[in-house]
Amino acid sequence: MSKILEGLKYSESHEWVKVEGNVAYIGVSDFAQKEMGDITYVDMPEEGDDVLAGEEFGALESVKASSELISPVSGVVVAVNYELADAPEKVNEDAYAAWIIKVEMSLPSELDKLMDAAAYKAQIGE
Amino acid sequence: MSEIINGELQKTCLYEEHVALGAKMSPFAGYMMPIQYSGIVAEHNAVRQKVGMFDVSHMGEIFVKGPEAEAFINHIFTNEIRGFGPGKVLYGMMCYPDGGTVDDLLVYREYLADHFLLVVNAANIEKDFAWIQEQAKSFDVRLDNASDRIGQIAVQGPEAEKTIIEVLGYKEAADLGFYTFCDVEYKGERLILSRTGYTGEDGFELYTTQEGTVELWKRLIEAGVQPCGLGCRDTLRFEAGLPLYGDELSPEISPVVAGLGMFCKYEKDFIGKEALLDQKAGKLQRKLVGIEIEDKAIPRAGYPVEAADEKEVGVVTTGYHSITLDKSICFALVDKEFAALDTPLSIRIRKKVFPGKVVKKRFYQTNYKK
Repeated sequence: MSKILEGLKYSESHEWVKVEGNVAYIGVSDFAQKEMGDITYVDMPEEGDDVLAGEEFGALESVKASSELISPVSGVVVAVNYELADAPEKVNEDAYAAWIIKVEMSLPSELDKLMDAAAYKAQIGE
Repeated sequence: MSEIINGELQKTCLYEEHVALGAKMSPFAGYMMPIQYSGIVAEHNAVRQKVGMFDVSHMGEIFVKGPEAEAFINHIFTNEIRGFGPGKVLYGMMCYPDGGTVDDLLVYREYLADHFLLVVNAANIEKDFAWIQEQAKSFDVRLDNASDRIGQIAVQGPEAEKTIIEVLGYKEAADLGFYTFCDVEYKGERLILSRTGYTGEDGFELYTTQEGTVELWKRLIEAGVQPCGLGCRDTLRFEAGLPLYGDELSPEISPVVAGLGMFCKYEKDFIGKEALLDQKAGKLQRKLVGIEIEDKAIPRAGYPVEAADEKEVGVVTTGYHSITLDKSICFALVDKEFAALDTPLSIRIRKKVFPGKVVKKRFYQTNYKK
């Protein structure tokens, strides 16, 4: 049974978004980290990069597979969690603590298209 | 996934054991196979440091018998089986006349005169058997595809010998050299105990009836052996520089391209010899190389390989962030002028280019029994 946090927004591609004012923290759900298995590498953008809702901004790699990270919102990357560069396993340990990027949103209304915890729970069918 | 819907996926005799152990199952080579039990990293490390076991019952076993069996096998097999005695195992390939690879396989010379066993890749059983039957028409041999009757378990790792002696109660296992085998009786049936493997570690492969295989698996579990899935089978063989048919060998990738020329013996005739000699003499376009990159990003199969001027000169066939070596490494097919050791080559991984260089394909120092 995967953990789903109340109060976060979720995308169909299993990213979560935590909103603080105009800033969105983006990570992947507990369901996604379990599906991936041992994560060995997090490919991240750089501060100042633009991200677009629905487009790839990086990737998670496990031993066996690589999985694209899709941004749930558009905006500018204002911070990257460099801790994950040396310790990608933190995504496995606590997917909701291990934010990957912090985005200054350019179109916060995009958040309305995302799922809440209940809808996401229904999507993953657990 | 369509294979499941069509109901064509086969199960090995150990399928129920895998499900009971909670393995993550996935289709491979037409079989539902365990990919991992506890996790690829833990299983990989168990084989490198202690002992692990694999269900390899999906592999194919073809018996070749008859007065012309030796001459026949030598005709279809790249390696030289004359002068190699009973109880020995030999690795090599079968090739098409154009040098492309039909399959890579093991040839066992049995203790009975004119009896041989060929062990082939699961995905190729039907193709290989049809090929062998076709070539056998002018030879006095009998062929028996026993793949559906025989189960196989690979027990691999530095503690494999101790484990085999304990579980089989057969202390002579200690005397078996690398690439030799003997016959043991297990539950009243024949068991072939072969000191071979596909991990770069010492170990054994055990062939017996399906019932015997299930019994043996249970005894090995009781003995504390870590069950290992195909996930780490691939990471282990890759680190040891061993090819996988379909990735590093194929109808388009000859043994010479794959750097396996040492298993082709040109003093004899075999199908594909002329083409392979031409390739050796310079008609070769590509070579399989190892590449190491200076980053933790992972080069995956299909990613482009680039030379200094961003010109695409090859493609990755298998790649991992090596569990044992903590390096990002891959096999790649590259244009031959870029195949020399230390040649700088980069790999394009998604939007970024990661610099690296050509290194030896045997990334890991293997620990075979001498």
